[in-house]
Amino acid sequence: MSIEVRNISKSFGAFKALDNITLDLPRGELIALLGPSGCGKTTLLRIIAGLEHADRGAVILSGQDASDKHVRERHVGFVFQHYALFRHMTVFENVAFGLRVKPRSERPPEKVIRERVHRLLELVQLDWLSDRFPSQLSGGQRQRIALARALAVEPQVLLLDEPFGALDAKVRKELRRWLRRLHDELHISSVFVTHDQEEALEVADRIVLMNKGRIEQIGSPREIYNEPATSFAYGFIGTVNEFRGRVEGSYVRVGNDLLPHGRTDLSDGSSVVAFARPHDTEIVKGEGGEGVAARVNRILTNGAITRVELLANGEAREGKKDYFEVEVTPDDLVALGLSTGERVRIKSKRLSLFGDQK
Amino acid sequence: MAGAAAHLAPHSGSATRFEANLATRDTAWVKVAVLGIGLTYFAVFLLLPLVAVFVEAFRKGWEAYLAALVEPDALSAIKLTLIAAAISVPLNIVFGVSAAWAIAKFDFPGKHLLITFIDLPFSVSPVVAGLIYVLIFGAQGWFGTWLSDNDIKVIFAVPGIVLATIFVTFPFVARELIPLMQAQGRDEEEAAITLGASGWQTFWRVTLPNVKWGLLYGVILCNARAMGEFGAVSVVSGHIRGETNTMPLHVEILYNEYQFAAAFAVASLLALLALVTLSIKTYIEWRAGLSTSEEKTL
Amino acid sequence: MAYTRARRVLPGFGLSLGFTLAYLSLIVLIPLSAVFIKAAGAGWERFVETVTSPRVIASFELSFGASLLAAAINVVFGLMLAWGLVRYTFPGKKLVDALIDLPFALPTAVAGISLTAIYAKNGWLGQPLSLFGIEVAFKPLGVLVALVFIGLPFIVRTVQPILEDLDAEFEEAAASLGASRLQTFRRVVFPAIVPALLTGFALAFARAVGEYGSVIFIAGNIPLVSEITPLMIITKLEQYDYEGATAVASVMLIVSFILLLIINGLQAWTARRSGRSA
Repeated sequence: MSIEVRNISKSFGAFKALDNITLDLPRGELIALLGPSGCGKTTLLRIIAGLEHADRGAVILSGQDASDKHVRERHVGFVFQHYALFRHMTVFENVAFGLRVKPRSERPPEKVIRERVHRLLELVQLDWLSDRFPSQLSGGQRQRIALARALAVEPQVLLLDEPFGALDAKVRKELRRWLRRLHDELHISSVFVTHDQEEALEVADRIVLMNKGRIEQIGSPREIYNEPATSFAYGFIGTVNEFRGRVEGSYVRVGNDLLPHGRTDLSDGSSVVAFARPHDTEIVKGEGGEGVAARVNRILTNGAITRVELLANGEAREGKKDYFEVEVTPDDLVALGLSTGERVRIKSKRLSLFGDQK
Repeated sequence: MAGAAAHLAPHSGSATRFEANLATRDTAWVKVAVLGIGLTYFAVFLLLPLVAVFVEAFRKGWEAYLAALVEPDALSAIKLTLIAAAISVPLNIVFGVSAAWAIAKFDFPGKHLLITFIDLPFSVSPVVAGLIYVLIFGAQGWFGTWLSDNDIKVIFAVPGIVLATIFVTFPFVARELIPLMQAQGRDEEEAAITLGASGWQTFWRVTLPNVKWGLLYGVILCNARAMGEFGAVSVVSGHIRGETNTMPLHVEILYNEYQFAAAFAVASLLALLALVTLSIKTYIEWRAGLSTSEEKTL
Repeated sequence: MAYTRARRVLPGFGLSLGFTLAYLSLIVLIPLSAVFIKAAGAGWERFVETVTSPRVIASFELSFGASLLAAAINVVFGLMLAWGLVRYTFPGKKLVDALIDLPFALPTAVAGISLTAIYAKNGWLGQPLSLFGIEVAFKPLGVLVALVFIGLPFIVRTVQPILEDLDAEFEEAAASLGASRLQTFRRVVFPAIVPALLTGFALAFARAVGEYGSVIFIAGNIPLVSEITPLMIITKLEQYDYEGATAVASVMLIVSFILLLIINGLQAWTARRSGRSA
């Protein structure tokens, strides 16, 4: 089932949770709604599910306007952040619930229910737990049961709200891989909400990056990481070095320093913010010349890559301490011969610039 | 057990979160039906008796009302009620605080049994509560002969009334404080001790400020029951007008003598006490809710 | 040994526990044991004779029967009230919420005479009801009315917090799986509040069985018809039949103890079901 979201807006009192969101999600993909907390991603998911009403706009499922449909008529599978397993029912009864509450005419016979539940429990590899109660399960097991329960009604689309949010780091990694495998097996259109960029980059086919009720960028994980479309996208995904200043010819003036940029479309004097990834940033020895002045703070060697942490020079930064990070290969490190406390300059050949709204 | 249902538990939120949610919202006719039936039930069984007390009390006008209250027997009943409460409430506060301190701050075997025993008076019929003191201090009781030899009157006298009142109000403060102090743990007290505070200083400066609302809550419920107790006091009082009558007993006597307006006049004072108690209770719940929500935002 | 003296950092254990145990024994435990000692002293035959006499049996039937019925009625309507208070907004809600506890705060004698005035033949409700041939005051029905009054807050106040804590997620999950509102209530909400309802029922029942003040005025106290058990104790005391009074009292005490155990069990169950202990 395809999901189309048309001009959705939603406010809670004075707070604008969603501001005119339009989105096309093709069928069969695993999509991540990514953003910081409060960006509206969960609200959007709940509106798609029918758990929340939009103030304006429409939700179109499989080409049909579903805006006025109640959640129970939308045939979406929803997996809740805290699983919402029914405490007084066994695992089996939890998974069977959606089948048992069907109208008599559509309800499968007991034998079919039994078979289907067991098949689903096998799918999530927890068939041996069918007589247990939710309180007897671990977090990861509960999550998989919640998924099996949502799948039991054969939904057209699967919606997951922070599916790994309540789990510890190790179980999280396992379940991520497992969810990806499961999706490759079932090919059911799925949308999951997360605030964890690593999770989104690793699991999703496509990422919808949100901020303050708006969509910042939609793209594959590679596009999102390598070609951030907005300054928010740059700052939110991965580690980044940030420079604020004014355009002066082919330089950006950052405090007293000049940072070269390769762009020709910038007018002199405009405020910009420039970004560079740590692996696209280079260290230049000596105190003069182009680049932003910094002082080597720590050198952290961890495997093949060495991270150099640098402290910005105070004057340019309004008294606030600011750190840069540069990744260098062992060869370069030897060639540079850096020592802690040394004054250097940093610059980048791949500098991304955005107009500074601040 | 009466206290089992009345606990200082701050209400968690407004109903709008349920009414705004598509999955938890009831259709309009369900809401109208449930509220209509529920509120009618509330009005008939709770509101009506409360209103009736005041209507009946003023049936014969202001002057008859005031006359019923300043009559010597009524004044003496009011005085005895105040005395009984003034003795039993402080004793039960001391007990409640010490029981809660022992139970919440220390581990010892038999703790659960002790908590169950503290609850016992709530599950005992007030009439039985009166009876037990008659069996001990009455003319035929264990100490009956010794008491009459020494010319001490307990039953059909003020001490019996105070004893019965202490029994029926026994658990109120304790069962309010125990769960509260258990929930708060012992970290803060242990910190105070490590900082050099004495036991009393720790109690006054750390423990008491933490439980003040819960304590007050228990005290006002304890006081309401102490002033309003009827069954237990009725058994041990002997109903001697002007001497061993509390306000509820005075109401009964007036009522049985068909002095309805006077009976309801005295009853209206007790109803007023109930309303004051409920107002303070609501205020405390609001305060307690406030301080927990402050904690959440901090 | 976990309970060694040396491990206690906080002072006052001996003093507070000592005082607690002494006070508890003097006020509650020793006086209560007097009932059983006195009843045992009278002999088994005398005991059986007393508690199986027709008047006492009739009072048991009335007290237990009316208490059960009143608690059952309160379960139904108390649940509606609790639901209304938790789930809906309506004007005057705060006032209703505060007044639910009225039976805890209003002296029972006051409630008793007020209910009698309302349901007497010339009373606000007694008069219209008598047109339909229904008499409440001075009949067993009057006992029921008083016990309904006394028991209402127990149900509302045990169910209310559980309903408050019931996460909307469970109902959202049920709806997303296709359940209708009624199915959701029956299969998801109701099972979650059953332990609380039963606890409230038991609390209301236990209170009603021993209730005296609010019942005694409206009951009429006609032997074999509208005499409640606590009244039997008073009647026997007034006749200086101490052994008879203690016999009836010991039956009531045993019932109270059993109810207390049941209620403790139910409360533990409620705690587990609502996940508060987890």
